[in-house]
Amino acid sequence: MATATEPALLERAAMTPLPYRVVRKRRENHDNWTLELEPDAEAIDPIGPGQFDMLYAFGVGEVPISTSGDPESDGTLVHTIRAVGAVTNALCAAGKGDVVGVRGPFGNRWPLDEALGRDLVLVGGGVGLPPLRPALYHALAHRGDLAGLVLLYGGRTPHDLLFTRELERWRGRLDMSVDVTVDAAGSDWHGRVGVVTKLIPAAAFDPANAVAFVVGPEIMMRFTALALLERGVPADRIWISMERTMRCGIGLCGHCQLGPTLICRDGPVYRWDEIEPLLGVPAL
Amino acid sequence: MRTLDALITESPVFTNLEPEQLELIAGCASNVVFEAGDRLFREGDPADVFFLVRHGLVALDAYIPNRGQVTVETVGAGEIVGWSWLVSPYRWHFTGRAVEPVRAVQFDGACLRQKCDQDPVLGYDLLTRFTHVLVDRLQATRLQLMDVYGDGD
Repeated sequence: MATATEPALLERAAMTPLPYRVVRKRRENHDNWTLELEPDAEAIDPIGPGQFDMLYAFGVGEVPISTSGDPESDGTLVHTIRAVGAVTNALCAAGKGDVVGVRGPFGNRWPLDEALGRDLVLVGGGVGLPPLRPALYHALAHRGDLAGLVLLYGGRTPHDLLFTRELERWRGRLDMSVDVTVDAAGSDWHGRVGVVTKLIPAAAFDPANAVAFVVGPEIMMRFTALALLERGVPADRIWISMERTMRCGIGLCGHCQLGPTLICRDGPVYRWDEIEPLLGVPAL
Repeated sequence: MRTLDALITESPVFTNLEPEQLELIAGCASNVVFEAGDRLFREGDPADVFFLVRHGLVALDAYIPNRGQVTVETVGAGEIVGWSWLVSPYRWHFTGRAVEPVRAVQFDGACLRQKCDQDPVLGYDLLTRFTHVLVDRLQATRLQLMDVYGDGD
């Protein structure tokens, strides 16, 4: 009967949070925090670029949060969290030494092999930058495997930008190009103002030989994909990371269903030409 | 050193111009340079010129009482600054400021309007090209208005 019980055991294991301790905490901006977590005892499997964990604030609730850390690091989990609701506020209030529950890793990964020998274009909007950061770390660690490397990042205002020190470091590198824009700014901001899609026409990549990973609000991803298509990037080389209400993380509860696909299990990373037909369907 | 003709046709707005049209347009153009902080034009002033940015960044600012100067948009290399020269009453809607040193081609809009009046084919062609600029700006503004990174993010 092993074949009958094994899946049930696996499901139970996937539904049981493991205790992790906050070992470092960093404020990224006025409402985003990065937590670094280490296991109290048993650890989850290594998490890959694009995947997410379910983080549990004990007594409050659980939320899906993408990894924002270096996939080649020592097993410390890194999650950047925006404090917007009860659970995320509780997680962001956790201090060094506090324990949170972790289930995961869930979902699929960025198709980094698709970028081999090509220009990799990463486009992040708002809190879409953290899910892209592991892919960027990987790309930088294997820079010689790519042709070009481009990061385009858009935020609401200069105060809402994430990883500002790293952005400066990346901008200073000669082997990648970084462009940042905000939707609104005062005259003390010396960077670009305008939507992130405006960066695409002049960005330094060869559309015929590019692969794009896009993360941000769905409407931003839609317009970004259109701008990439207009620039000449083929639809089957544009990938986006979807977000819906994810609860179980293993495709059982159906909360994150989008038509025939369950985002926690089949996604969150989808190829544009495969997911696009579902995005325009009302009430899906 | 590249000629004005070559600089002009580098912009997507002016690609594939007929040689005669390019000659007419280039006849109304000149190279200009601005230091960081320089004003290219001021809100409300007559809009008789427009710019093709070759290098640097231009901010379009609006003054909002109690908030001061707010940047509505920036325009970078290869892009056009200014369409008010095309539409009456030919006045700037925003203030243009060089965020960093700017090299640009400046076009005499009044001169071009005159040439367009005399040559409707050129006029229609330029209007079509600038309609693309206007539509791009409109779409970008719509996306900005959606405030997609707001609390619902």
